Amino acid sequence: MLVDHDRGAPSPGALEALTAARSLAGKLGTRVEAVLLGDRALFDMHGEELSAVSAAYGAVAVHRGRHEFLADYGPDAWGAALAAFVDTAAPDAVVAAGTDRGAEAMAQLAARCDLPLVANCVDVSPNRTQADASSGAATGGTWHISRIQWGGSLLEDVTLTSTLPLLTIAPHSIEAEPCDGAPASAAVVDFEPDLGPEVQQTLVRDRVTLAEGITLSTAPVVVSGGRGVGSADGFAPLEELAELLGGRVGCSRAVTNNGWRSHADQVGQTGTRIAPEIYIACGISGAIQHWVGAMGSKNILAINIDPEANMVTKAGYAVIADLHEVVPAICDEIRRRRDRPG
Amino acid sequence: MRILVCVKRVPAVGSRINVTEDGQQVDTAHLGFTTSPHEECAVEEAAQIVEGLDGDGHAVVVLTLGPEASTEQLRYAASVGGSEFALVIADGGLDWDPQRTAAAITAAVRELEAAGGQFDLILFGNESADGGNFQVGIRVAHSLGRPIVNGIKGIDPHERGFTARRETDAGYEVYELRAPCALGVKEGINLPRYPTMKGRLASRKAQIQVLDGADDADAGGQSRVRLHRPPERASTTVQLGDSAAAAPAVVDLLDELGVL
Ligand SMILES: Cc1cc2nc3c(=O)[nH]c(=O)nc-3n(C[C@H](O)[C@H](O)[C@H](O)COP(=O)(O)OP(=O)(O)OC[C@H]3O[C@@H](n4cnc5c(N)ncnc54)[C@H](O)[C@@H]3O)c2cc1C
Ligand SMILES: Nc1ncnc2c1ncn2[C@@H]1O[C@H](COP(=O)(O)O)[C@@H](O)[C@H]1O
Repeated sequence: MLVDHDRGAPSPGALEALTAARSLAGKLGTRVEAVLLGDRALFDMHGEELSAVSAAYGAVAVHRGRHEFLADYGPDAWGAALAAFVDTAAPDAVVAAGTDRGAEAMAQLAARCDLPLVANCVDVSPNRTQADASSGAATGGTWHISRIQWGGSLLEDVTLTSTLPLLTIAPHSIEAEPCDGAPASAAVVDFEPDLGPEVQQTLVRDRVTLAEGITLSTAPVVVSGGRGVGSADGFAPLEELAELLGGRVGCSRAVTNNGWRSHADQVGQTGTRIAPEIYIACGISGAIQHWVGAMGSKNILAINIDPEANMVTKAGYAVIADLHEVVPAICDEIRRRRDRPG
Repeated sequence: MRILVCVKRVPAVGSRINVTEDGQQVDTAHLGFTTSPHEECAVEEAAQIVEGLDGDGHAVVVLTLGPEASTEQLRYAASVGGSEFALVIADGGLDWDPQRTAAAITAAVRELEAAGGQFDLILFGNESADGGNFQVGIRVAHSLGRPIVNGIKGIDPHERGFTARRETDAGYEVYELRAPCALGVKEGINLPRYPTMKGRLASRKAQIQVLDGADDADAGGQSRVRLHRPPERASTTVQLGDSAAAAPAVVDLLDELGVL
C-alpha cells in the first residue's frame, strides 16, 4: 500500500485506502505493508509520525524508500521508486488512494510494469481466499472488482486478470478507521531505490501558496448558485449569505462556462467535491455531474422555482421560489436575529 | 510548434444515467454527445499556445479513438482552433480498456509523427469523463519515452519546454518539462471559446485522416462485466415554503444544524 503524502502529511485518501487495504488483506489472508517515499531529511522530520499513522491504520511494516530525488513529489520519481520496490518485495497486490498523487504514481507504476491498473475501486473480491493462502496457492487469476465511472454516477463491475493486481481506492468511498485494540507499531525497513537522473524531469520545482483559510472542500457551509442566478452580479446576495454563515460560495458548470465565476468555485465531477454541514443550492437543476460533487453534504437546501428539479427532489429541504427574493430575505432574517438584544 | 491533443467522445448525460439492458454501455438512445470537459480545455489550451507564437507552420492536431461518429467531436475541435484531425476507429462501439486504448493511441501517435514530425507537446485530459481511468495519457507518454505530469491548470511555453502548474489545496505546484513532453490538463485551465462563424466554416472543411493503430492493440487485463447505477439515497424533501416568507423557517433550520 503506497501511502501518499505531501512533504510528510499523509493525504486523507491514504487513510481511507489503508482501511480498504486492511479489509482486502483480510480476504487474501495476508497483511498490509506500507510504502513511504522521501529523502533522509523528510524521514528525520516526519518519519516517526508517518510510520505511526500507517501502523494505526493497520500496516504491520513500513518500507521507507529513501533517495535524494524523493525529497519532494514527482510522478516519475514516485513511479520508478514503486517499480523498484515491487520488483524486490513481490507483493500480492499494490493499493493506493485515488488521490491526485496516488492515482498518478500508480499509473506510472502500471505503465512501467505494463500491468493493468483498476482505478477508483469501491469493492474488491480477490479470487484467492484465506483457504487458498494457507494451501500455498499462487496469487493472480481473476479478481472481481466494482469501480466508479462518471465521477461516481455509475458503477462498473470488471474482472481483472493480472499477475500483480494494481488498484486505487475511490476517495470518499470508505470511512478511514484506525485498527482497534492496542496501540500498534510497525517494523520499519529502509530501502534505497535506484533512480536515474531522468526522473528529475518531473519533480516539483516550486510552490505557490494562495488561499489561506477555509477551502470549498472543507467549508462547513457552501452557498452555491447556478444558471438561475442570471449574472456575475447576481452572486452578491449569495456572497453575503456565505459570509454571514462563515461559509464559501460555490457554483455549477453553467456559471463557470458563462464566465460569471472562476472554476475554483465549481462543485461537481470536474470541479470540487464538497462535504459541508449544509449545502444551499440556489438556481441549480442538479445534473448528475453536479450532484456527485454535492452528495457528500450532510444536509441540502434547494432554492428553485421548479419543484420538479432534480436538486429539489433529491434535497432534504427546499424552498420553491425565486432565489433573488429568498436569499436576501434569509440574510435579513439572520441579521435581524443577531441584532436582537439578548 | 506541433501540439497533439487526445480527446474522447462521451454521451452528454443529464439528471441520471441509464444503462442498456445488457449492462454493456450507457443508453444513448435519447442523448447527444460531447467532448470530455478536461479535453475540451486541452484543445483550447493548445489553440491559445499556438496563437501566442510568432510565425506560422504551427499545428494543433486532434486525435480521437472511438466509433466513426467521433468525427463529430473532431469537427467541433476544428471550429475552436484545431488544425489537423485524426481518427482511430475502435470497432464494436464499446469502450476499450485503458491498456488497449493506450496501445492504439501510441501506435497512432507514431504514425502521425512519422508523417508530420515530432510533437513538441501532447495534451491529454486528467481523466476521461466516462471511464475515469486516470492512466491512458501516462501509459502513452511512457511508451513514447516522454515525461508527463497530470492535473495541470496552467501552461507557459518557453524556449526549451513548458512550465506547468498543478493546483493543490493551498495553491499550486510548479513543474518544468523539457520538450518533447506530455501534460494531462484539468478543466478550469481556461474558458473554452464558442465556435465562431469562421470556425464553423473550418469545421465543415476539415479533413479527417483515418489511422490504423487499432489493429495491433490487444485487450488489457481489465474487462467489463456490467455497468449499473449505484443505489440511490432515498429522500423525502421537506418543503420550507414557496416565497420569501420561508426565510424564518430556513434560519430556524440553520440554527438547528448549528451553523448560524
Ligand atoms: C462530463 C461532464 C462533466 C460535468 N461536470 C460538471 C461539474 O463538475 N459541475 C457542474 O455543475 N456541472 C457539470 N457538468 C454540467 C451539467 O451537466 C449541467 O449542465 C450543469 O450542472 C447545469 O448547471 P445549472 O444547474 O446551473 O443550470 P441549469 O440546468 O440550466 O439549471 C438552472 C436551474 O435554475 C432554476 N432557476 C432559474 N431561475 C431561477 C430563479 N430565479 N430562482 C430559482 N431558481 C431558478 C431552474 O429551475 C433550473 O433548475 C458536466 C457535464 C458533463 C457532460
Ligand atoms: N478513446 C480515446 N480517444 C482519445 N483520447 C483518449 C481516449 N481515452 C482516453 N483518452 C485520453 O486519455 C486521458 C485519460 O483517460 P482515462 O485514462 O480513461 O481517464 C483522457 O482525458 C484523454 O485525453
